[in-house]
Amino acid sequence: MRAHERRARGALCILGVMAALSCICFMVLGVKANWTFILPFRGTKLLALVLVAYSIAVSTVLFQTVTNNRILTPSIMGFDALFVLIQTMVVFFLGSVALVAVDPVPKFLAEVVVMTAFAGLLFRWLFLGAERSLHLMVLVGIVFGILFRNLSAFMARLLDPNEQVTLQDALFASFNQIDATLLWVSCVIVAAVSLLGLRLVLSLDVLALGRAQAVSLGVDYRRTVAMILAIVAVMVAVSTALVGPITFFGLLVVSLAHLMVGSGRHVWVLPASVLLGIICLVGGQTVLERVFAFDTALAIVIEFLGGLMFIALLMKGAARR
Amino acid sequence: MIAAQQIRKTYGTMTVLDGVTLRIPARGITSIIGPNGAGKSTLLSIMARLMEADDGRVTVDGLDVASAKSDVLARRLSILRQENHISSRLTVRDLVGFGRYPHSKGRLTPEDVGHIDRAIGYLHLEDLADRFLDELSGGQRQRAHIAMVLCQDTDYVLLDEPLNNLDMRHARGMMQLLRRAADDLGKTIVLVMHDINFASWYSDAIVAMKAGRVAHHGSPAEIIRPEVLSAIYDMPIAVQDVGGKQVALYYE
Repeated sequence: MRAHERRARGALCILGVMAALSCICFMVLGVKANWTFILPFRGTKLLALVLVAYSIAVSTVLFQTVTNNRILTPSIMGFDALFVLIQTMVVFFLGSVALVAVDPVPKFLAEVVVMTAFAGLLFRWLFLGAERSLHLMVLVGIVFGILFRNLSAFMARLLDPNEQVTLQDALFASFNQIDATLLWVSCVIVAAVSLLGLRLVLSLDVLALGRAQAVSLGVDYRRTVAMILAIVAVMVAVSTALVGPITFFGLLVVSLAHLMVGSGRHVWVLPASVLLGIICLVGGQTVLERVFAFDTALAIVIEFLGGLMFIALLMKGAARR
Repeated sequence: MIAAQQIRKTYGTMTVLDGVTLRIPARGITSIIGPNGAGKSTLLSIMARLMEADDGRVTVDGLDVASAKSDVLARRLSILRQENHISSRLTVRDLVGFGRYPHSKGRLTPEDVGHIDRAIGYLHLEDLADRFLDELSGGQRQRAHIAMVLCQDTDYVLLDEPLNNLDMRHARGMMQLLRRAADDLGKTIVLVMHDINFASWYSDAIVAMKAGRVAHHGSPAEIIRPEVLSAIYDMPIAVQDVGGKQVALYYE
């Protein structure tokens, strides 16, 4: 076996062990109550964290491959802000009753569908047309993100205070309040799109060569990219619905994964990103809950580290030019 | 045969290709020359379906490139463009292996591995095969890309400035390699060239373009002539006969 393959394999093994350790620690550390209570309680939470880690890691890798860059992620491009906007619009136009009273499962499915359609329309012209400069895309993404966030904020301000409280409740989901019914639906959805994506896995390495090379090697570019963007939209919708937006998490784990495995091939990068995601979320949550005994700060810590990574990548890109 | 009919392409208000009609016969090396902005690279990209023409059509062995299935075409025609920015970190062997994608869709067979080893050998990349692309010089990277295109093993090979970044020795080696591919394997090779003397020395036919049109199309002896070249490049160019080949002198 070649040296770099050995390295990638070694990195994956280490990450696998660490991810497993994080999960075990999360389940068994500081157990004070009865196991019949702990198992479903912590189990649900663990499953949610793993699902979110998986969705964000995979969607970020796919997105970076399709857009042929290492700095942009779905959340930096405003995908999750779009989800928040859709939620706000539901309350705005249909009232908070719609958000609360309707059965969460069909509502969630509808949101995912709308999100996918919207994101599809929006990002089709950005990524399927001519090749555009990275700077233009960063700018467009930031502008869209601000637009979506501000539209949401504006609509939220026009709402009845009671409705606004309901909306905020729905949006400021954190790692501690996860809707169990949604979790199962999410698992099914993510599994379904993953199966769909499995057929495309072998073309991912080719897509990473850029549009011209991929077309030249016979990839049906438009169809494949449209499908991958749809998968990305679904995964972002799922993770945002479960725990709310975390902007820099995807960037953090995928950049670290690239650093650790060395090679850019998807057989290595995809699993490494997922495992790193699990280590960050599950391990981080364990440490914060058990060691420091406070709960909500994980998102802040991740955003801080991810933001640093984003700046470092931008500086590195600027230095290379 | 590659046949282009009345190809038109505009960017905004600028016309890049203004009704190009061209027939490139199968087998042999055809070089496209001309000043910057003549539309050479655009024409090559349209021939390889990387870009859509506003008007006109291109067929390769009767297949319309705009409507034919991309993977069918990928087994018949390959292209390497000038700029190849790759964001992911790959070894030379990884990159060359992608040339087999049209044939094996990412699952390499022992036969594919044979093709990969041969392509690496053709371009003398054995020592660099397990190095990452970002650790190579511009010329080494260029050779790795060309190895990938050769590994695709198509009848038609389109290369946009294959001598980019190559030193004299490697430039000559590249042209000799392409010559062998055309003579021994019956490949049809279309090159966009800036060095008209390499084009003159190694091509079977030369297409001279100017301002989005084909100005001349003929054998090197017909194109590498002072009056033809001077008109195309808008400067005086002398031509000397060296052992039956034409060499252009444009340094003064």
